[in-house]
Formats: sequence, C-alpha cells, structure tokens
Amino acid sequence: MAAVQSGMGEGVEEKDIKTEPASDGFGNNNANDGRLVSTSPGSNAPAASNKPVAGGPPEDQQTLLAVLQFLRKNKLTESVEILRREAGLPEDDLDPNGADSSGAGTGGAAGSVDSDAGDASSLLTRVTVSSSAAAQAPTKGTIQSDCCQVYDGASGGPVPGNSAAGEDQPDVSVVLSAYSQQGDPALYEVYYSSLKRFIETVLDCHRAELSQVFYPLFVHMYLELVYNNHENEAKAFFEKFSGDQECYYEDDLRVLSSLTKKEHMRGNETLLDFRTSKFVLRISRDSYQLLKRHLQERQNNQIWNIIQEHLYIDIFDGMPRSKSQIDAMSGSLAGEAKREANKAKVYYGLLKEPEIELPLDDEDEEAENEEGKPKKKKPKKDSMGSKSKKQDPNAPSQSRIPLPELKDSDKLDKIMYMKEATKRIRLGPDNLPSICFYSFLNAYQGLTAVDFTDDSSLIAGGFADSTVRVWSVTPKKLRKVKSAADLNLIDKESDDVLERIMDEKTASESKILYGHSGPVYGISFSPDRNYLLSSSEDGTVRLWSLQTFTCLVGYKGHNYPVWDTHFSPHGYYFVSGGHDRVARLWATDHYQPLRMFSGHLADITCTRFHPNSNYLATGSSDRTIRLWDVLNGNCVRIFTGHKGPIHALAFSPNGKFLASGATDGRVLLWDIGHGLMVGELKGHTDTIYSLRFSRDGEILASGSMDNTVRLWDAMKAFDDLETDDFTAATGHIHLQDNSQELLLGTYLTKSTPVIHLHFTRRNLLLAAGAYNP
Amino acid sequence: MADREERRFAEVHRESVKLMAESAGVELGDDVAALLAEDVCYRLREATQSSSQFMRHAKRRKLTVEDFNRALRWSNVEAICGYGAQDALPFRSVKEGELFFVEDRDINLVELALATNIPKGCAETMVRVNVSYLDGKGNLEPQGTVPTAVQSLSDDLLKYYQQITRAILGEDPHLMKVALLDLQSNSKIAALLPYFVYVISGVKSVSHDLEQLSRLLHMVKSLVQNPYLYLGSYVRSLVSSVMYCILEPLAASINPLNDHWTLRDYAALLLSHIFWTHGDLVSGLYHQILLSLQKVLSDPVRPLCSHYGAVVGLHALGWKAVERVLFPHLPAYWANLQAVLDDYSVSNAQVKADGHKVYGAILVAVERLLKMKALSLSQPAEGTSNAQPGSVMGAMGYRVSSPGLSPPPEPLSEAALGIASHLQAGGAGCPWEEWTPVPLPAMYCELYSFFGDSLAVRFSTGPGFGSYPPCTQSQLSDTRKEPSGPASNPDTTRKMPQLTANLNISPRQDGSPRTDPPPPSLAATGSGRSLARSSSMQRSRSSSSRSGQRSAGLSRDVFPKARFTSPQTGPPVFSFLIGGRQMGRRCQGRRPFQTTFAPTPPFSTIPPRAYAHKLPVIGRVGKPVRRWTCSHYSLHLPL
Repeated sequence: MAAVQSGMGEGVEEKDIKTEPASDGFGNNNANDGRLVSTSPGSNAPAASNKPVAGGPPEDQQTLLAVLQFLRKNKLTESVEILRREAGLPEDDLDPNGADSSGAGTGGAAGSVDSDAGDASSLLTRVTVSSSAAAQAPTKGTIQSDCCQVYDGASGGPVPGNSAAGEDQPDVSVVLSAYSQQGDPALYEVYYSSLKRFIETVLDCHRAELSQVFYPLFVHMYLELVYNNHENEAKAFFEKFSGDQECYYEDDLRVLSSLTKKEHMRGNETLLDFRTSKFVLRISRDSYQLLKRHLQERQNNQIWNIIQEHLYIDIFDGMPRSKSQIDAMSGSLAGEAKREANKAKVYYGLLKEPEIELPLDDEDEEAENEEGKPKKKKPKKDSMGSKSKKQDPNAPSQSRIPLPELKDSDKLDKIMYMKEATKRIRLGPDNLPSICFYSFLNAYQGLTAVDFTDDSSLIAGGFADSTVRVWSVTPKKLRKVKSAADLNLIDKESDDVLERIMDEKTASESKILYGHSGPVYGISFSPDRNYLLSSSEDGTVRLWSLQTFTCLVGYKGHNYPVWDTHFSPHGYYFVSGGHDRVARLWATDHYQPLRMFSGHLADITCTRFHPNSNYLATGSSDRTIRLWDVLNGNCVRIFTGHKGPIHALAFSPNGKFLASGATDGRVLLWDIGHGLMVGELKGHTDTIYSLRFSRDGEILASGSMDNTVRLWDAMKAFDDLETDDFTAATGHIHLQDNSQELLLGTYLTKSTPVIHLHFTRRNLLLAAGAYNP
Repeated sequence: MADREERRFAEVHRESVKLMAESAGVELGDDVAALLAEDVCYRLREATQSSSQFMRHAKRRKLTVEDFNRALRWSNVEAICGYGAQDALPFRSVKEGELFFVEDRDINLVELALATNIPKGCAETMVRVNVSYLDGKGNLEPQGTVPTAVQSLSDDLLKYYQQITRAILGEDPHLMKVALLDLQSNSKIAALLPYFVYVISGVKSVSHDLEQLSRLLHMVKSLVQNPYLYLGSYVRSLVSSVMYCILEPLAASINPLNDHWTLRDYAALLLSHIFWTHGDLVSGLYHQILLSLQKVLSDPVRPLCSHYGAVVGLHALGWKAVERVLFPHLPAYWANLQAVLDDYSVSNAQVKADGHKVYGAILVAVERLLKMKALSLSQPAEGTSNAQPGSVMGAMGYRVSSPGLSPPPEPLSEAALGIASHLQAGGAGCPWEEWTPVPLPAMYCELYSFFGDSLAVRFSTGPGFGSYPPCTQSQLSDTRKEPSGPASNPDTTRKMPQLTANLNISPRQDGSPRTDPPPPSLAATGSGRSLARSSSMQRSRSSSSRSGQRSAGLSRDVFPKARFTSPQTGPPVFSFLIGGRQMGRRCQGRRPFQTTFAPTPPFSTIPPRAYAHKLPVIGRVGKPVRRWTCSHYSLHLPL
C-alpha cells in the first residue's frame, strides 16, 4: 500500500503546487477558476469552492469526501488539510456518515445494507478514472500500477473473504474489484444465450434497442471470467459469442481477445477504461421494462448485477429507436453520451468583430476602371454592417474569457483580411474552388503535420525526425531579426525600422527549427504569424518565434506524446492533447496549463478551438468528441457515433456546426447548439486527416489517407436538417443517406495522402501532403 | 490449437521460448515455457497495438521499427537496438529448416570508409505546388499557369524554351515548322507561356523585318491553338502584339517591295481567330480594339497602310464591326481616298497603289456587310442560325452549311481552311444594343453611290446564291455558269466587260494539283507590284486594270476570291462570273438579291451615283485572266 500512498499523495500535492501559477492565468478575476481546475482532477467534478457547500452538486461533494476519506485512512493528514481548505469543506463533513447518500445513482445494488459503501464504491470508481487519467502528470506509469496494486490488494488483501460480496464491503478498495463477484463460470454461457434468445424473440421494435446490451454485457462477462482465472471458460465464451457483436467493435474485441490472463489486465488501458467507466445505453422505457421483467422472472441475477453496476441505462419515454438510429450513435468505447451530458447551454455564436474603419485606397484597383467603383463601396458597407449588427443571441459575452487586445499590426491584418474577403469567390455546388496542392518532396524523414498561416503566406511542416520546417509561399523570403549587437546600431527613429531590424543575410525560402527530441505530431501558427506551436512525441509543446526562428518556450506538462496542438483564433491561448488523455489549455506566457480537461477514456488525438475561443473540441481514440468550456473547464458536449479514432475536426465559420473525421473514413456533422449529429458523409476509404470549411461555410473539404480530396455541399447538409425539430427535442437523429448527393467532387492526388487543407481568404483550397511513392 | 488459429494471432511456440532460455543458460520446464510463451505473445500484441498509434499519428500506412521502439519505450521496455531503418527489412526463410530470419549482411567498414563513390546526400526537402483548376462543374481543367512565385523553371523547360525560340526565329524553315508544330501541341509548356508572350511582344523591336514579324505571328497562332494552354490574361498581350502588326506603319513598309500587306492580312486573320477561340478571355477587349481601329481610320495623317490594317481588322472582327465603324466613316474617308486615287502624278504612284489596296479592302468588307445583312433580313426564319453563324457553325470548327451563303472574301491565300468562318465570330458574338443600324436599302444605296456597279455585280452574283445554302460543288459550278451565260453573250449594250472572279477552293488536300495561288512570296508580290505600276502609268479614264491584274495574278489580293471551306472534299472549282457594266441589264445579276429582298425599292430609281463615274472600274479583264484560263480548274469564258 505504500506505493498507493505515495502515488496519490504526490498527485494531490502536485496539484497544489500547480494552483499558484495557474490561478493568475486569466488575471485576478479568474483566480478561483484556476484553482478549481487544479483541485478537481476530473472535469466533471468541479468542486464548489466559490459556492456554498450545500449548493454544490452532491456528486462532486461526494467525490471530494471520498478522496478525503481515503486520504485520512492512509494518514495523509497534511493532504487532507490542504484539500479541505481548498474545497472549503467544514471539518465535520469529513465524517463519513455525514455524506449525502442520495446522489449515488449507481449504488442501486439490491439490498445494499450500508449506503455509504455504495456511495464510496461509485465515488472511488470515479476517482480512479480521474487519477488514472488526469493526475498522472509526472508518473503515469507508476500511478497506473498503483491502481493495480490497490486492486490486487483488494482481492488478496487485508479483507479476505469479502470478494464474493462486494456490496457488503465497507472498504473502498474492495469495490474496485467489481469483477470479483461471480457465479458459476460454466453458467455464463447459459445466462448469455438465454438473454440472447429472449432478445431475439421480442418484438422487432424492441429488439434493436435491447441488442445494445449485448456488447457491454459480453465484455464484462468475459472480463469477469478472465479476472477470476477461468481462462478456458473465457476463451470458450469469447469464441461462442464474439461473432455476434457489431462489426464496429472489432478493434476492441481484438484487444479483448488477446487478453486471457488476470495478470494481463494489469496495465491494459482499454480494460481499465471498461472497468472504470459505465457503458451508457439509451433505451426506451418500454424496452427497458421488458428487459427488467425478463431478468427478474428468470432470476438472472448475474446479468442483472452487471447491468446495474457497469451499465448506465438512459431511459427515455417514447418510441423505441430503430436499428439504424442506434447504429448511427453507437460505436464509442463507452457507449453513447448521456442525454444530460449535452444539455448545457453552449454559446456557439461568434464574438463581435472589433470595429475598424477600413481606409479606402485604390492601390489594388488598377486596370479595372469600371469595376473599381462599385468594389470600393462594398468594404465600406461591410464594415458598416458589422457595426450595426446586433450581438448574436447565441454568442458569449465579449469578455466571457479575457482575450488579448488588438495590436496595431493585428488591426492592419484585419483590414487586409476584409479587403481579401471582398474579393472572395462565392463557392457553391456550381462553383467549386480550384485546388492548389503543396507536395512535400524528398520528405524521407516523414511528414507528420502541416499548417498554413491564415493568410496563406507561410507553410510549416512537422517531421518525424523532430524538425519543424517553415517555408515561405510568397516571394517574400524568411528573414531573421538581427543580433542584439547589430540592433543597437540601427536608427530606431526611422520609419522603416521594422524593415531595418531584419537581417538580409539570413533571407531564405525555408528555415528549419531544431529543438524537439521526437516526431512532431502537431503544428499550429499563431493568428498573427509571429509564433508557431509544435507538439511532439517527447511530451512537450514548443513555442517558436518566427521573427528570430528560435524556440521561446517549451511547455512541459504532458508526460506522454502530445498528439495535437492548436492556437486559439484570437491568439494567446492554445490547447494541447495527447496520449495522457488530458487536454490542457495554456497561455503563451504561462509555463503551466490554465485548465486541464479530462474525461476522455483514451488518447486525445486532435484538438481545435471554437471560432469564438470560448470552447474547444477534442477528438479521441475512444471514438468520442468532447466540447469543453474554456471558462470553467466543463465538458459541455459529448458526441458519439464514430467507429474509429477521430483524427480531424473542423468548426464551421459561423460556429454552429462541427465536422469530424475518423479512421473509419466517415465525416460526421454535428449541431453544437442542440448537441445532435446532423449528417454523415460517406465516401472516403481511409482515415480522414484533414477537414476544413470554406470561408463562407458553403463547402466542406476533406482530405484523407486514400489520396483524395473530397468536396461536400455543407450548405445543403445543414439546410436539410433545419426543417426538422423533432430530433432536437428527443435527441434521436434520423439521418438520410444522402452522401452521394452531397459529394460535389473527388480529386485524386498521384500518391500523396492529404494531411492538411486550408482555404485561403479568397476561397482557394490549399492542400498539402508528402509525396509517398 | 484449432481455436487459437481462429484468433488470427501469431503465437510464439513454447519450443522457441525454451530455445531462447537455453541459449541464455536457463533450463525451463514445459509448463513454465508455455506460460512464458503466452505472456510473450500477449506483450508483443500489446506493444504492436500501441505502436500502431504512432504509425497513425505519423500519417503512414506502414508500421516501422521506429514505431515499435517508441511503443516499447513508452511502456518502459528497452527498445530494440540495431534496426532503425525506415525501409522494410528483407525477411528471408530457409525452407528446410522452417526458419525465418532477417538478413543481416556483413559490412566491410574499411571498404566503406575508403570508398571513392561517396553517395550524395539525399535531396533537400522541398515544397512543390500543383494547381488543379476546376471549372464551374467541378471538372479539372487540363493545366493552368503556375504562380511564378513558387514555380521556378526547371532546366528542361529552360532548354526547351531556348531551342524553340531559336528554331522559330532562326534561319531553317523546316526547323521552324517543327518548332511551331510542337508549340501547338505540347501540353507541358504552361510555365513557359509568360516567356513566350514576352518574346512575342518583341514585335515592336523588329518592325523592320517582315520575316521575323511573320514568324512571331506564327508563334502567336501556335500558342493560341495549343489546347493545353490557358492563356488567361496573357491573351491581352498577344492581342496587342497582333494589333501592332495590323495597324502600325511598320518600318518594313517603307520599302514598297516588302509585302507587308500579307502580314497585315495574316495578323487580321489571327485576330479574328483569337476572338473566335478565346472569346471569353477577350470579350472586354472588343470595344477597345474597335475604338483603336476607328481612331486609325479617322486619322488622315496616318499612312494608307495603317488604314488598310484598320479595314482588314474591322473585317476580321465581323460584319457588324464593319457596319458599326467602317460604314459610318466611309463618306468622310472616301474623300481622302479619292483624292489619292485621282492623282495621276508619277510621284503619287506608290501612294496610289496603296490607295487601291485600301479601296479593295473596303470593297470586300462592305460587300460582306451587305451580304450578311441581307441574309439576316431575308431569312428571318433561319435568322437565329444565320444571325450568328460564328457561334453556331463556328463552334463546329467548320463551315458546315452554306458554303455559298457568305463566302467571306478571304484576303489570305495561305490561311488555314476553316478559319474564314471565324471572321464572323467576333462581330456576331458581340451585341450591339446601343446602335441602330441603317436599314439595308439605304445602306445599299449609299454604298452603291461609292462603288457603283463594281459593288452591285459582285454582290449579286457570287454570294447571292447563298439562298441555296446546301448546294454542292457541282451544283454550284452549274449555277455559277448560268448567270454567266447571258452575261457572256455578246451584248451590244455592253461597253466595258467586267470580270469578277469567284475562286472556290474546296478543302485543300496535300498533293492535289494546284497551279494557282502561289504563296505570297516576295517575288510574286514584286511582280504584281511592278505590273501594277506599269498599269497605273498607262492608265486612262477608266483604267482599273491594275486591281484586276492583282486580283487575278495574286489570289491573296483583296479581290473577291470566295473560298469554300466546307469539309466536303472534291477537286477545286473555280468559277468566273462575268458581267458587263451595263446600266440596262444590271438587274439580271442582282436578281437573286432582289427577289429575296422584297421591300427594296427598284434600283433603277437609285439616286445618281455621285462618285461612280469618277471611279475606276475594278475587275476589268486583263492579261492575267488568260493566264488563269490555262489552268485546269478554271472555266474559260470567252468574252
């Protein structure tokens, strides 16, 4: 148990250390929030330090209590003190009996004598999730093994004889070993097949719904068998029933099938996820009643217990869903999202653009004398329009999160943007963009990431040999700023001082940035083109200056490969996510993260900021997409439906929609406001690595490993659904299969996977990839 | 084992484990080895699974040793040393031993260190851009210009450019032909387009060298005809070069021996070709060009060769352009022209010769104008197809129908067939809303007042048969004979026989015998010119022979030499139409016209021809006709 103590202690203490630097991340007004993130490891368990204790959500409070209880038991009095102080809990709340038992939605095991135990069990489960996911900052490996030790200790530890009756065991550690309860291993097959028979005989309308139970049940029964050392029975069980499972669970089943020994369960992350999270099913009330009655009649306690303990059944009133509806939403590692998970209000509207008067100059209207005049008026009108435009009712308030003030250079850039925007080509099904493909030649070292600046003047590539290379796409060469000694010599009062500080001798078309010690998996330009972020396998995110072409900061926090990083559209903030399943929000001038977003059950594979910078989306290999609120760190949306790890995300320019692409070759479209899937685009035959909406949002471009760029009619996809509001109320989507109608074009490269897409400000599509003969 | 196979996993056999243990000096029991084997299998699978995510994030399809090593490292296992290569390792098997191994060759370090053929470092990573232009329907356009910022010319392209320009501007005509042909069909020269355009814009610097000018024009033609090239905005530059050749008083035209007329004709033809094939790119230019032509025409200071260029340019832009610009200017211009033509002084001979050129060009242009106008009016039912012949027929690239409908007087003998139809395209494609056209009768009257019978006869006989558009060659020659019959009858009232030659050439085939129109070489021009000079000297009151000679001797001349460009093949047919300058009988020739055009007032009541008497009669039979009649393909009509 010593390892446990130290492990947990470290975890907690480390958080305390982090509190200080993080709290001033947003300035003083947000200090509380900063502390919040650090005290509650799980994002869905924000403790209520700024609220009265009683007002806090009971679950959160219980989590805290459970942690405190655990700490006290392990005599970590110091940590207890700190935690209590931070959370603002009164001393007497630490009495275990004082804990509120009402909120334990999971403690429904029949005949639970001691309600505390029920609470604690569920709580600890949750704590483990967070500790295995969130709190593993410095030593992920050890913490994980710690958990296993706890686990082992439970089964063979100080409380012998209790393993068969977990619900009676007041000690929390025992409850972790949920699988220890068991019946006759030989009967598992009987139970399962009798349920199967039952479900096959029910009415059609219920069958599809009830069939959802098969997969989680199968997994958990198999794991129980394995856990209890019934290797042969487990194998037989797997052989017999694995073929019945939906094909999209194939990958998980493969992992599962390789696992036949109890020892193997240790450290297997997929397994850990299964054990510690509840598989969520949505079932209509009728179907659920049917299942319940059947199980109770048959006295099929084994299965009933599993359903009670490991599944979360989200019961809804109304018509049972059809098979296609269910298939559209399932596929994630932990089932569908609970309906209430997507109920929070999301301010998806765009922030008001700062008002900048556009100076009228005619320099760009040469030659076109006749056309020049009407053109000139347009930008004027536009800027007028934005002034008079009222605040979008769905937009967050302008100061919801503090954003950096616009510098003069930013304003100039905005003006440039507006000018370009007036020349933008209006795209549509009849007017597709031309595609400009940037092929990386001789990229033997392996191109892993690409990004363009917003104005398309620079292109950067991250390579597997740890380098980052930046090219200039325009004739303007890349120049470094002169050295300090030389800078002293120049006349600082001169008008062209910005030009003078550049060192002509360093001008070149490309620059190489050295600093990482592993493949660079993610890369992102800052909106003002002064910085470049890169995230690497070495666990760091680096910030590079594009003035000096040197590394400015190495952000350490992820101790595992960082798969992706993305700058906020307003600059200053950025997000990173990686193998440690935690997304972190950073500010460029803080070396510690401001927020940690934990909740994903597997690696975070891609990260994206919402256009209004108030939210960010993360895609994960647990096959879910989560939308997080930057302000309070809450997970506000969980989107399930992909059948493979998600590798591409894109917000529509109006902020309303999200598109996601995964290894399953499908693009899914999501309505953020309603939390619904609104479209499915089938066509790609391999992983989708890049998605991008055109500047006006009419066209969605997707680039894939199958060497194609496909263009989709996004307008049509989104238009069709707005006529339908039944789905918004029930959350049950009904997608028509119109991928072929929406597909506007498929464009093949020779032999180049498309790993990045970008629309220029005038709506020319740029694509990039490494030629891969 | 059977069930294990179904799991599709590679298994490490317990024997292997034992073997490995033995090699490390450990003796293992069977059960231990079995357990170990199973565990090893599991660990390997686990490591493989986690290594696959490194592969996915590196956006590769191939799992590398490096990926596996990373997976091992992150699960706190020592990485495998030795195989860091990115390439696949050759995996060999030994049949008899059922043994698989990775080839591990010995490397002679000494040899390697002392090797002289040091391998070059791998090429630098670079970004290359390819553009796929999509048209409105999302189809890929073949190829486009490449942003020069990113594109640097490869050595091959540079070499190609040098070779081509050298060949075209060089001495060897054969090489030039090859180069032009390649320029016309090469699909990979988009990047060179700006360079070629630049070369062509050099016309201004070689205005003294007709040969070079025409070579550059040929280059324009090849570029325009290249189906893989997207000319984009470069078309403007090309058009301006062509316009230079049409309009400018070239240095070469100082010497009367230089046949700059041909160059102008050819340039005009090119212009119409550009307008026809790249109408979408140059539509904005149409107005500008018309304006500049008009300016030249109304500027009396300009030399006559510029005026000639303006007229053929207008002609090239279509009959509507002629109607819009040339026709209104005609009265004003006529005075000047006539002054030139009436001056019989020796010193004026050269200028006068030029004046005749202009006269001929104008005549050709207005004839077609009348013809087309009559057609568009007289065939309202077919108006749609006839009003815009360029867009309808021209789209096919052929003059499919109505060869006799409007054989545009083709000023160039050398031009490619089928190109004549483009002449109408420019005008037909451009709308004229703001201009109310002069009604046809009035127009005819006015023109008649200028040209007199020379206009009337030719107008009525040749193209007038356009009312039978689908007539074949044989029919055509028959019908042609018909009017010529009475005309050739000895007519007592006829004072002055007139001949107009309508040259109908069916699509020219290589190898078909052809004795006539010789290519406009300098020698031919020279002879024509000397003839003209001599004739102009002995010119009397009605001396118009010069033009007649020209028309017959040089088929490229402005005289009506209607060419059939229909795709039908057949022997070339020439027909001569002979009419007399006869006041009383002139209706005969015009009859087809009159019958198809009802509202025309009788022509006998036409106002007095103010200028006609003073005008030279054009198309008088002279010596050259006899030359012509020698040809197999001409019809000799004794007068």
